[in-house]
Order: sequence, then structure tokens, then C-alpha cells
Amino acid sequence: MTDKVISCRELTKRFGDFYAVDKITFDVSKGEIFGFLGANGAGKTTAMRILCGLSFPTSGQATVAGYDVYTQQESIKKNIGYMSQKFSLYENLTVEENITFFGGVYGVPAATIKERSRQLISNLGLTNEAKKLVAGLPLGWKQKLAFSVAIFHEPKIVFLDEPTGGVDPVTRRQFWDMIYEAAANGITVFVTTHYMDEAEYCNRVTIMVDGKVEALDTPGNLKQQFNASSMDEVFYQLARRATRSAD
Amino acid sequence: MKVLGYLLQKEFKQIFRDKTILAMMFAMPTIQLIILPLAMNFDVKRINLAVVDHDHSTYSSRLINKINASGYFRLVAGAASFGEAIRYVETEKADVVLEIPQGFERNLVREGQQPLGISVDAINGTKAAIGGNYLLTVISDYNREIPVNANGFTKMNEIEITWSNWFNPLAEYRFYIVPAVLVLLLTLIGGFMSALNIVREKEAGTIEQINVTPIKKWQFISGKLIPFWVVGMIVFTLGLLIAWAVYGIWPVGSLLTIYAFAAIYLVALLGFGLLISTYTENQLQAMFVAFFFMMIFMLMSGLFTAVDSMPRWARIVANLTPVTHFIKVIRMVVLKGSSFADVGLEFAYLVGFAGVLNGWAIFNYRKTS
Repeated sequence: MTDKVISCRELTKRFGDFYAVDKITFDVSKGEIFGFLGANGAGKTTAMRILCGLSFPTSGQATVAGYDVYTQQESIKKNIGYMSQKFSLYENLTVEENITFFGGVYGVPAATIKERSRQLISNLGLTNEAKKLVAGLPLGWKQKLAFSVAIFHEPKIVFLDEPTGGVDPVTRRQFWDMIYEAAANGITVFVTTHYMDEAEYCNRVTIMVDGKVEALDTPGNLKQQFNASSMDEVFYQLARRATRSAD
Repeated sequence: MKVLGYLLQKEFKQIFRDKTILAMMFAMPTIQLIILPLAMNFDVKRINLAVVDHDHSTYSSRLINKINASGYFRLVAGAASFGEAIRYVETEKADVVLEIPQGFERNLVREGQQPLGISVDAINGTKAAIGGNYLLTVISDYNREIPVNANGFTKMNEIEITWSNWFNPLAEYRFYIVPAVLVLLLTLIGGFMSALNIVREKEAGTIEQINVTPIKKWQFISGKLIPFWVVGMIVFTLGLLIAWAVYGIWPVGSLLTIYAFAAIYLVALLGFGLLISTYTENQLQAMFVAFFFMMIFMLMSGLFTAVDSMPRWARIVANLTPVTHFIKVIRMVVLKGSSFADVGLEFAYLVGFAGVLNGWAIFNYRKTS
């Protein structure tokens, strides 16, 4: 696993004199499930938005799928999938129409869209809902659909920003099964979460505190390093050092 | 472009799925075009007149009858004194006071002249000026009928003026206002719909999902512009048909010229709406900004008042709004039958507006902030 798909060197984002992201440095390898943890306001979403080409960094370097975050955002966008914190499929389009639309704008051929979307809808168990508006779906289904849409065009990397917020435990498990499946298909998964049990599912975990990366290792090593029995304890030890108030 | 195709498909579906918006887009212009021109009538009628007749003679009552018979005035009161008549004006019961002094008949017959007093409530300047003028016309007409000649005097030379109204023979207000209302409605529909659209995606968060795709900026803006353009052209066609069916107004000039202008005007206007959309963060902001500009467009575009009689600075502002040019052209082509060559300069203006506004909107829409 030496194939680096994301690489950050001292990446910084400053708003006025507030360092939302403060000199973070890490690499993510191909096919890895990379967990990005931190309290609210620690800078996770800001860092993720820079890597997705939605936001310009203030200083430092970063490449995503081999493309520079300062100058090649549009090339980055062709190679990634993104699922934001806020549900962002079109509520007034049907399940099928959302899949077709996002598949289409990523340049997936029409025939492939048709075939893959039929497969996807049946895998998700949404056959009866395929022609219904997304607005009417329960949250858990919406999140699974949003994830499926984010990886529909088979990107190299998928960015998930708190994908399981507000979702019931059973659906969360199913969601992680989908993440594992995607990773098995060679898609690198970059995921932020507040659930420490989910952190255990990741290959490697980063914990951000006040815009800085305070810890980065496998969940097993982190527990050993902090002499903790669970990721929950590790997180608690680190997060209480935070001086920033949560938002 | 395939991506644009998917964008258009999505936008059309969203427009036609929102039944309220759809009804607003078609019912609003239809109903307003039927109602507004009837209400926005500048022909002055039913002027309330209070008469103070100190003379009570045959001549004075003949004058009052003549005024009454003109059809423009309504005699609301015969007051005993000027003071009493003015109270009618103060309580808004009368617009004009006509005071006939004592000795009116005697002086008129004996001396051949007699001043009359007219007092006009000038709060509504237009009504006052036009009403006063009507009254003068009726009185001078009456004056001519007085049998001065019966006494053997030769009639004085008079300059008689005849006039004819070109392009709108009966000087009917609807010919002036209907084409303008058509433009106005197209402006409102196009402007607001487009101004609120991108901002709605910002509110829903879907813009973020768009920004993270490789969609190009021009594709996104075109995807927004084209569907509203199509809707706008349908609304415009509907408006032309209503103008014909309800008011009997059919363009004297070429339909092709009108459509060419409507097409480019809509592109300019939608670009303006999209520009507002890129600058604002939520629908409320967009609504207020759009409303602010719409008010300026409405009041300064020559819809109600002639641009030529505005002060210099106002004319400059008026010429900087695409609406002014479109209203001018529509009136010229619909009423006068002006050809494309007559309005070529205006077309160039509109092409300029369309280019600048849409270019600006594309420039200001940021996928990476």
C-alpha cells in the first residue's frame, strides 16, 4: 500500500486570524478506509472541502489523485465522489432521476447508467421507490442512496462527511458494509465521523484537535499508545485538550 | 454537449413538477394582463365638480348644463359660497370648483366679457391639469356659441386648430399601456424566477453537490438559463395572444422582429436574475435585491412616464436598464410598425446587456471559494 492517492504537507486554511486547519500533514493510500475524527469545529469539514476542490487552502501543499488542490480542482473533481453533511440530492427528483442526473454529469455513458442504476436500485431494495420523489424517503435510505450516488461513477476516492449522522444503528451497520464493499473495489474512502465504534472500522484514524492533527495511526496502535481500552477513551483524552469551543 | 443535456432534463423536470410555480408562471401574467391595463387607465373621467352660482341666470344654468353634458364631469354640489365649495374639495368630495360671479349674464351680453373662477385640487397633478383643461375647452366652446353676432358685430378672427393622433388615432390609453404591461410581466416572471433559482440550490445544499462535480460553469448557467428562456417565450406568446383577444392589439410590424427582441431581451434579463442569484446567500436576500431593481425598472423604464421628459441623470439610468429599450421597441413595432432597421441600435444594446450580464454571472459563480 505505497500508492498515495491523497498527500497533504502543512496544509493550512486561515479565515482572518482563525486557523481552521493548521499545518496538517498526512498521506492516504489507495484502497484505504481513512477515518477523520475530531470534535465539532475541529476543522474536519474545512480540510475535506479543500481536498474536494471546493475551497482554496491558505498555504501548504496537497494533491488528490495526483492533482494539485490550488490549480487542478476540476481534474480532482472528475476523480472523486463527495457526500456532504447535509443531504444534497434533489428532493424533488425521483430516486432514478437523481442517479441518472449525477451519473450523467460525471460522464457515465447512458447505457451504463441504465444498467448500473437498475442494479443499484435492486441492491438497495428501492425497487418500489425508484419512481418516487426522494423527499419521501426515510433518512437512512436517503443516506445510503446518497453514498451510492457518490460512488456511482466509480471515482478513485470518495469523501464522506459524517455520513451516518442521525441514522439508526442497524442502518449504520449496513452503511459500513457498503463502505467496505466500495473499499474492496479499490475506492479509497475518506470519512469523518463522531461515532467511535465506526472509528474502529477504519484502517487508519486521524484525530484533529483545534485544526491540528494530534494523532494518526491504526485504531489498535492508538489504543496502545494512549493506554486506552476503546477509541472512545482515546478520543476523550485528546479532545479535552481543545481550547476552542465547539460550535 | 451531453452534460448540458442532463442539466436541462433535470431543470425542466423540476420546473414542471412544482405546480405552484408553474401556475404562477402562466396564470399570473394571463390574469394580470387582463386586469392591469384596465386599472392603469390615465384617461381622466368622472371629475367631481362643485359649482358656486352667484348669478342664477339663464346663461349660467346653460353653462352648467353644457359642462354636465360633456360627460367628463359630475356635478356633486351646488354651493352657496366659495368657502362652502372649498370644503367639498377639502373633504375630497370635489376636484374642481367653478365660481360664476354675480352679473355673469348681464356683463356677458352688455360688455361681451366676463371672468370666471376655476379652482382645482392639484394633489393629483395629472387629474387636475387634465380636468382644468377639459373645463376650459367646454367653456370656450360655450363662449363661441354666445350669440354675440346677433347684435351685428363682426365675428373676430379665430385660429382654429385641427389635429390628428398618429398610430393611436383615438389616443386610447390601452394602446400605450398593454404592450408595456406585457414587457413588465415578462420582466417580473423572468427576473424573479431566475434570481431565486440558484439561491434555492444554495439553501438546499445541492449547489455543493454540483460544485464537486466536473460540470463547467457555463454549462451550469446555461442549464439554468435555457429552461427559463423557453418558459419566458411561451409566456410572451401567451401575452401577445391575450393582447389580441382582449384588446384587439396585434403588432403592426413584423412578428419576427418582436420575437428576435423578446429572445435577446430574455437572455439579458435571465442573466441579470442569475447574477443576483450568485451574489446572494438565501431566497430572502435575492427577493429583496430583485425587488429593488424591479422597482427601478418599472418606474424608470418609460412604462408610466416618458423617458424623454426625465432629468438628464434619470435618462442615463433609464438607458442603462434593458427594460427601457425593450419597452421602446415593443411600442414602436407593435403600434407604428417600425422595421428591424429602425430599431437596430436597440437590438445592439440588448445584445450588449445579454453578453455583459451573463458573462458577469458566469464569472461570479464560483465552484471553489
